[in-house]
Amino acid sequence: MIDFNTLQKGAQIGSTTVFVNRGDLVRYAGASGDFNPIHFNERFATEVGLPGVIAHGMFTMGAAVQLVTDWAGDPGAIIDYQSRFTKPVPVADPDGTNPSDAPGTAIDIVGTIGALDAEARTARVDLSVSVEGTKVLIKAQAVVQL
Amino acid sequence: MSINPELAGRSYPAQEPYVVGREKIREFAAAVKATHRAHYDLDAAADLGHSDLLAPPTFAIVVAQRADALLVNDPASGIDFSRVVHADQRFTHHRPIVAGDELVAELHVDTVRTMGGGAMISTRAEITTTAGEAVATTVSSILVRGEEA
Repeated sequence: MIDFNTLQKGAQIGSTTVFVNRGDLVRYAGASGDFNPIHFNERFATEVGLPGVIAHGMFTMGAAVQLVTDWAGDPGAIIDYQSRFTKPVPVADPDGTNPSDAPGTAIDIVGTIGALDAEARTARVDLSVSVEGTKVLIKAQAVVQL
Repeated sequence: MSINPELAGRSYPAQEPYVVGREKIREFAAAVKATHRAHYDLDAAADLGHSDLLAPPTFAIVVAQRADALLVNDPASGIDFSRVVHADQRFTHHRPIVAGDELVAELHVDTVRTMGGGAMISTRAEITTTAGEAVATTVSSILVRGEEA
């Protein structure tokens, strides 16, 4: 259990890296019902002006919050979660690989305590989410009820 | 085709209830690489005081995007789905979503800002149980890119 009184604004709660390959995008499309072809078809993605197939913003947002869940211990404690999608997360299809076994794009996630509310006993965790050093989510913030 | 600026203030009533299934929670959790046992195992969910398998924090998107589809597919909206980019998303949970919930979503178009031939449209889905209990509020903005962009 987290002791609210020991928390400090600016302290890091942890960091992790999530990998996403083409197989993961097909799985997320099916699970979420978001079948926009920019997330699985290279030709279509390029024709609409993207660099290639990109991850669903909601995949990245959904995967990034795992760090907060691990810290809080209960996914139900996350009472508010928001993000802006700023840059696409390209997911390559490397030659000679099985798309479901390819190493995939690395998404680096770092969580920091952004605000504390002693009265409500909530902590806001700010997530830094980047690919090769470029932020792909901004204002990614999860409020945890403690 | 261009975006109808009079969309702002419009709302779309709740449709057929979405029944949250255990296997859907397991499937969605695996798809976002969520590892907490409460998404997969009834005993683990019960240990945390949840009545059934617990949905991951972004699960409400499944219900919210069904509601958004009412707007996107409305011929009067002028939205071309192939030009839609998801700009931002927020979930406010009034209580956790668990398997067995029967959810309905009422969609509100809060703002429409036209920009060139395109527009930024903010919508809000008020998700409740069929009995009327508030479960989650989701807010999202979509950017519909203009033809010349």
